[in-house]
Amino acid sequence: MDIDVKKVAMLARIRLTDAEAAELGPQLGGIIGYIEKLAEVNTEGVAPTAHPHDAAMPLRANVVSNGNRREQLQAVAPNVESGLYVVPKVIE
Amino acid sequence: MPFSSLSEIKARLDAGETTAVEVATRYLQRIAAYNPTLNAFVHLDADHVLAQARASDAHRAAHGARPLEGLPVAVKDIFCTQDGPTRCCSKILEGFEAPYDAHVITRLKEAGAVLVGKTNMDEFAMGSSTETSAFGICRNPWDVERIPGGSSGGSASAVAAALAPAALGTDTGGSIRQPAALCGIVGLKPTYGRVSRRGIIAFASSLDQAGPMTRTVRDAAMLTAAISGHDSGDATSVANPPVVDWLGACDKMDMKGLKIGRPKEYFVDGMDAGVRAEVEAALKKCEELGAEIIDISLPHTEYAVAAYYVIAPSEASANLSRYDGVRFGHRCEAPEDLLDMYTRSRDEGFGSEVKRRILTGAFALSSGYYDAYYLKAQQVRTLIQQDFIKAFEQVDVIATPTSPITAFKLGEKTDDPLTMYLSDIFTIALNLAGLPGLSQPCGMVDGLPVGLQWIAPAWREDLLLSTAAAYEAATEWGTLCPQGYAADGGAL
Repeated sequence: MDIDVKKVAMLARIRLTDAEAAELGPQLGGIIGYIEKLAEVNTEGVAPTAHPHDAAMPLRANVVSNGNRREQLQAVAPNVESGLYVVPKVIE
Repeated sequence: MPFSSLSEIKARLDAGETTAVEVATRYLQRIAAYNPTLNAFVHLDADHVLAQARASDAHRAAHGARPLEGLPVAVKDIFCTQDGPTRCCSKILEGFEAPYDAHVITRLKEAGAVLVGKTNMDEFAMGSSTETSAFGICRNPWDVERIPGGSSGGSASAVAAALAPAALGTDTGGSIRQPAALCGIVGLKPTYGRVSRRGIIAFASSLDQAGPMTRTVRDAAMLTAAISGHDSGDATSVANPPVVDWLGACDKMDMKGLKIGRPKEYFVDGMDAGVRAEVEAALKKCEELGAEIIDISLPHTEYAVAAYYVIAPSEASANLSRYDGVRFGHRCEAPEDLLDMYTRSRDEGFGSEVKRRILTGAFALSSGYYDAYYLKAQQVRTLIQQDFIKAFEQVDVIATPTSPITAFKLGEKTDDPLTMYLSDIFTIALNLAGLPGLSQPCGMVDGLPVGLQWIAPAWREDLLLSTAAAYEAATEWGTLCPQGYAADGGAL
């Protein structure tokens, strides 16, 4: 299958170099080609799996359980000022 | 037995014949001697290990011993630990120090274990050979020119060479069982939901489970007992799972009347003839021990790898979207704008296998393809689950080879990702079905270990343990050690 690998990469927010795209494109095509094997299976009327044990996800009580750990959590961020994450300007 | 099991070390500690500090010191010496070759550990703080050991000895003296008191346990770099780095063997997490411990790490600490370092792995657990690690390849102690398996290859290599008596790994598509098989040790993947995933760096959340990698079946039971149980911090951790008498199960070593299923789809052309012969011989042994071998069929087996390589990469592409250079992890230099920051940070931080998986997932989930790939794969997953449910109407446990081949040479499969993916053909189906599985050594081919995989119905780890313990007790395979790692100073 012919896949526009740079387009897929942009969907995944990864900028590939031309060299990477040249390598990953055919590999991705090979993987997707293999996956197409699934089309052989008759799945008419089969419910898709939503949970490995067919269980519902529980809801927890709506209470604060973590406490305020802002400083600890932000200590690992690349750029923080006054408790805010700093990113390049998004609004001119 | 040249290398001690956890149970043996525990007995000696409990008898006052040794101390946690002595035990830790001995393993630190072994790591110093052999890790430069094996690269099983990617982080080790010896002072911190000894501090934990001293604290454990003090706890024993003051309050008595907890279940894992003073026992060294190595953990895969995928587990968040407040002490030291947690990097999932990825460049994108260079410099990351987790603000909290994974639930299983907390449980190990509460049980008195001494945590020894972080072990090598495929980047983000994506791989079957530990060759995609950002911190260099890891080697198999049985033959250092060969891979230890993956993704928990560092944990397997460390336990096989007795750089630690036991380790934790994670298993998304075989990442505990396959390296355990290729390194000649025991690996247990618990039922999905048995062990909390909180603080385990996510790969594919509907498949990931943590579990033990040990020298003996009993040791696997000890560690699973310590790490399993409900955690309100993980919504998929099951609140009231059927209870297992973990150690009691290992004592029930009677195979009489046990119905063992032998799925024809797991004994096929293309697998290594030596591996097949060893596993067939293991089943013969089980028959001698009183078990009944019943031929069964799991008809959708041949679609398991395809379904997995839609579902796991799809979940991975969502899980790994968090690495965006904002809250943690690598950020590129001087980004022009926000999009440039995201795309360049991710290109620089992720290795090529991780990119392949993310792109596979992004493609499968992209507009126009969802029904053909993701939805279809989840339907096939249901059929795979139903195969197992039907089989377990007939048999108690299922036996298969863990891997169709023994450890392959370093670099042998790195050029073709698909060939690498197909090496997980026997381990993937039970992750899709959420079932527990155990791999144990059952033979050797050309000097390399072969793994026997047991599969049980959901929540029936007790059947895995009692069956594997019976096989272990009746054979010599559980006591094998690679040559060249026991010479300096004798037994541990």
